[in-house]
Amino acid sequence: MLKHQDKSLLSVRNLTVGFQVGGVTLDAVRGIDLDVARGEVVGVVGESGSGKSVAMLACLGLVPRTARVAGSVRFQDKELVGMPQSEMRKLRGSRIGMIFQDPLSSLNPVLTIGSQIVEAIRLHQPGISRKQAYDRAVELLDLVSIPQPDRRVSQYPHEFSGGMRQRAMIAMAVANGPDLLIADEPTTALDVTVQAQVLEVLKSLRDRLGLGIVLITHDLGVVAGNVDRVAVIYSGRVVEAAEVGALFRDPRHPYTRGLLSSIPKLDEKRERLFSIEGTPPPLGRRPTGCAFHPRCIYAREVCLKEEPALRLAGASLSACHFADSLEQMPVHQAAAGPETTEVHQ
Amino acid sequence: MSGYLIRRLVTMPFLILGIITITFFLSRVTKGDPLTAIISEQQMSNPEVVAAAKQRWGLDLSLPEQYLVYTGKLLTGDLGTSFTTKRPVLQDLLERLPATLELVIAAMIIGTVLGIALGVLAAYYRNGWLDHGSRLFALVGSSLPVFWSGLGLLFIFSVQLGWLPGPGRLDARLQPPPMITGMITLDTLLAGDLAAFVDALHHLILPAFVLGWTVTGTISRLVRANMLEVLNQEYVLTARAKGAGELRVLLHHALRNTLVPTLTVIGHSFAYLITGAVLTETIFAWPGMGSYAVEAARALDYPAIIGVTVVGGVTFLVTNLLTDIAYMLANPRIRLS
Repeated sequence: MLKHQDKSLLSVRNLTVGFQVGGVTLDAVRGIDLDVARGEVVGVVGESGSGKSVAMLACLGLVPRTARVAGSVRFQDKELVGMPQSEMRKLRGSRIGMIFQDPLSSLNPVLTIGSQIVEAIRLHQPGISRKQAYDRAVELLDLVSIPQPDRRVSQYPHEFSGGMRQRAMIAMAVANGPDLLIADEPTTALDVTVQAQVLEVLKSLRDRLGLGIVLITHDLGVVAGNVDRVAVIYSGRVVEAAEVGALFRDPRHPYTRGLLSSIPKLDEKRERLFSIEGTPPPLGRRPTGCAFHPRCIYAREVCLKEEPALRLAGASLSACHFADSLEQMPVHQAAAGPETTEVHQ
Repeated sequence: MSGYLIRRLVTMPFLILGIITITFFLSRVTKGDPLTAIISEQQMSNPEVVAAAKQRWGLDLSLPEQYLVYTGKLLTGDLGTSFTTKRPVLQDLLERLPATLELVIAAMIIGTVLGIALGVLAAYYRNGWLDHGSRLFALVGSSLPVFWSGLGLLFIFSVQLGWLPGPGRLDARLQPPPMITGMITLDTLLAGDLAAFVDALHHLILPAFVLGWTVTGTISRLVRANMLEVLNQEYVLTARAKGAGELRVLLHHALRNTLVPTLTVIGHSFAYLITGAVLTETIFAWPGMGSYAVEAARALDYPAIIGVTVVGGVTFLVTNLLTDIAYMLANPRIRLS
């Protein structure tokens, strides 16, 4: 699984993103570490509002001007935090591609698919003629398995189906042969069968182009079988990071355990789906100590006072005071391995 | 799309006939006597002269008869003869319309370019001084009456500073160009008279700005509101993620989507100004449609009134059609059949 890895492509250290709201700075991302190697798919998992998308947008300098970004993001030995926009623009869309959740709203409705891909090419390779770029756009659509690419290239986004739009977005994101692709919930707005097709396209691009991919999702089902390593984010922090097999076999954070238990399984009869009680804390009202403690069935005195650091427990890095003893504690249900969770939703 | 356009073109003559019919009867029920414009006051007491004049101008016939005679002539392209100028209405209009078109086209260029630019900048620098400044500029433009802003600007730029000429279309010392299009700026260019062209352009600036200023506000507020909505769309983020610069994001990606609703307003403003530029034309001594319409209405000059109405109606219909076509071209999602 990890055979493509050579050296680190993206290295995020202690990334913090804050927003000014009414004179106070609220941190949406609080010190995230993340590494992506060439040819590796890294899953970033978390609920809506956990800060996972903001963190990745901040890496590319795509957060609002008012946002305060601190820490370090190294990409191919270049520091991205604090890099001037003019420099950053040269990386965006050329070395780093990005795709978003809703492929209909992320494509410009008044421009043809082809002209949007041609734009992506010519922004970074101005020497290429319009004709050459257009031919390249057809090749790219073919690469992401869009049938009749020479006809489809001159159509508008509303003439494409949801899955085809997302594939067109992917074609546009890889138009300049990037080294890193950031996919922000690329399958969330799609039907389950189409989800699988899009994930297949991503994986084949990884294999063919040696891309490093960051797959942001709230769905552990998408992670299983599609990524190499996972970082679970809760309330702006990484609470657990592990290789995907280890995470599913032996989760070392109560939040991860809860997420795994809430995946419905076909081989089980159950009246109700399991869900983690409560909701993630809003930005301004983060609880003291461990941010997860109000929703955690294992929470003790210490969890209210001290925020646990990320440390090695089993095969995972976990930010839980009880990461080592978690397996002896009562579970709602034994966490299942990735084999069974691949059948999901 | 072509079927829709053909249907629109076919219905157009009927709409124009409807407009003519309504105007015809509306102008006849207005109190007043058109004869006062035709014959002098002393002769109004002379029944013979009055009867002769009535017969001469077709006013002795019954109303339905007059209507039939008028529409019959209209089919041959005869718009009748004006009571006041005693010339064919068509000829009057052909002289007046180009002047107005020249003024309104220039005004719409100024109003649209300024309106779109201010709208885009106001949205981009939302709540900054540029946003507030453009709002004030727009508010003043659409609320100041033209006779006030026109006179004020004439006073400043023509009387005080002397940068721009006073009312009129061309300096009296210059030879007017031979009439080809009727638009002096174009005709001077066609005649190759550069000095006259520059002078005509100078004469055009103030009235065109005053008129354009009135539509700037509407356009800039509309563009700003749409732009704010569009800038929040995900495809703007996509464009940035592609590596597009801010100017490209604004003009290529966002503005194109903003223009679709703006086109309607631009079309309507244009059609409205063709007959609605009376005050500007009066202040700047511009011999256009507006002043002709006012004179016609004041004298109850029936043929001239209907003539003006036909021009206004046709302009409105044609502009609407052009707007619809532009709308379809700008928005690929619209496919009317």
